[in-house]
Amino acid sequence: MTKTKVSGLAPWEEPGSVAGRIGKGGALALIVLAVLLPLYTIVLTSLSSADTVNRVGGLVLVPDGITFDAYRQIFSDSVVSRAVLVSTGVTLAGTTVSLGVSVLGAYALSRPGTLFHRPILFCVLLMFVFFPGLIPAYLMVASLGLKDSYWSLILPSAVSAFNVVVLRAFFMNIPRELLDSARIDGAGEFRILWRIVLPLSKAVTAVIGLFYAVGYWNAWFNAMLYIDDTRKWPLALILRSYVVDSNPLPTATVGVNGFGHVAPPTLAIKMAIVAIAVLPALVIYPFVQRHFTKGVIIGAIKG
Amino acid sequence: MSANADTGSVAEVRPGATQAGPAAARRGAFRDRLRRDWPLLVMAMPMLVLVTAFWWVPALGNVIAFQDYNPFSGGIPGSPIIGFTNFAQLFGDPQFIRAIVNTLGITAFQLVFYFPVPIALALLLNSVVSGRLRAFIQGVVYLPHFFSWVLVVAIFQQMFGGAGLVAQILRDHGYSGIDWMTNSDTFILLVTAETVWKDAGWGAIVFLAALSTLDQNLYEAAAVDGARRWRRMWHITLPGLRPVIVLLLILRLGDALNVGFEQFMLQRSAVGSKVSEVFDTFVYWSGLRTGDFGYGAAAGLFKGLVGLVLILVANRVAHALGERGVYSRS
Repeated sequence: MTKTKVSGLAPWEEPGSVAGRIGKGGALALIVLAVLLPLYTIVLTSLSSADTVNRVGGLVLVPDGITFDAYRQIFSDSVVSRAVLVSTGVTLAGTTVSLGVSVLGAYALSRPGTLFHRPILFCVLLMFVFFPGLIPAYLMVASLGLKDSYWSLILPSAVSAFNVVVLRAFFMNIPRELLDSARIDGAGEFRILWRIVLPLSKAVTAVIGLFYAVGYWNAWFNAMLYIDDTRKWPLALILRSYVVDSNPLPTATVGVNGFGHVAPPTLAIKMAIVAIAVLPALVIYPFVQRHFTKGVIIGAIKG
Repeated sequence: MSANADTGSVAEVRPGATQAGPAAARRGAFRDRLRRDWPLLVMAMPMLVLVTAFWWVPALGNVIAFQDYNPFSGGIPGSPIIGFTNFAQLFGDPQFIRAIVNTLGITAFQLVFYFPVPIALALLLNSVVSGRLRAFIQGVVYLPHFFSWVLVVAIFQQMFGGAGLVAQILRDHGYSGIDWMTNSDTFILLVTAETVWKDAGWGAIVFLAALSTLDQNLYEAAAVDGARRWRRMWHITLPGLRPVIVLLLILRLGDALNVGFEQFMLQRSAVGSKVSEVFDTFVYWSGLRTGDFGYGAAAGLFKGLVGLVLILVANRVAHALGERGVYSRS
């Protein structure tokens, strides 16, 4: 990417009109507010006492004492903490599998002219243009006996053609001479990938890893399809059931270590669940964000 | 990329290739290539296995669309073939027609009310002079892209639902609260607003990248010639963005049958199927949920094939307009 835009006005650029600048500033402030205000009030409500929430009659906008009651209640109950564990495990395992498979596959496809290069590439690219459909995919997972297995949350979505193509585009840009000289020195393909290609592609690998991780953490539909056992529910299903649909938490009905009543979860508890679901994205995001433009753009433009 | 596909490593020396006849040479070449490239094949293997198991096999499994499929009487080999009966039934099903109408309606609506938003946002961001501030705003607007649809729906519910923030503020000021989440008349506005909130910022990245490649000298020259801000935008910026806009527009048209799956699954019970039934939700509710697998697969296959045709047509159009298509690389 050519660096053209630098801070500050160019000498030939006229300063904008006052009204224009105010309008622009206002628009930008509104946009930022539209993203941050919901997050702010959700986190604040999750940290407020039941009294505060009742007094306000809903989401809390002005802080009035901070308490971690909602979080304590959530983590003393097995349902949500178990779901957090499931989601974390699936995300870690899934990202490892996806990234490993994609990096190997992308490297294997990074040198046109090698044996079976075209048919393999065709196999992957066809995934872009045709979607086999929900029902055959469901029957496949069911016939492999993966229903109610955590693998059903990982394997069907393990390879993203888009991510493979982005990685491949990066690997293809690595100077050939570098790889050839390593080969002359007797390095095998695996060693070249591990010692030369990957260290040169840290940024793109990080971004693709984030894409996969976010996908696994957020996945709701696959879990809804394949996981019937509520004890194996990931966080997304909990979120849907107790926050969106306001169902009572199941432990309350079974009577195991529950909240002792069958009432729907309080607003503070709901918001605490939302906050937990948002948290990983918020934490990892700043570290990977600066690589976005590079990773996404090259993927989007070079395709 | 296809132009240089057969240069490079294949041009390396192939010993013995000229000694025997052409068939033997090909065989020999194959053996040499295998000896040279087998590690790459091993590397591709896990990916191929996964793609075969969860893409190719299901794609072929679509034969059940032509069957009276019954998983309990022998599966695919044991189920009778009924030809196009499922498809005929599909087009007599008012719910399926509704799904088509809703899907196309939502695509058309979002083409007008969502598609331009990332472009406008990119222009706005690009005009921010301070680099620091711009990076901060970019960081904020990209963020919702990484939230799941469940989360986005939950957040919108807390903002615009019957017990949400907006209704709460309205009530505090003596008005009656409105529940946007269950109002089927405004559902299309709701899903578009959610899409804008979640993805408009992320969508701006491509346009920002295109903007950053525009030649700044053009702007300077235009300014020297007396063109003010708006004229520069009209005569330099927008023409510069044209290829990207055309490409994304065509892509969106090729993807017309996809309006987002989870978003509609999640909100179907709140607003009813009349406005929220789209292709994918139809497959789920009328096929999978009822156990009518062949019927659902027929609907899914119809969508897949129409989608395939649309993408290929869209790519043709892109080439015809002199733009780089999406699949030119293979």
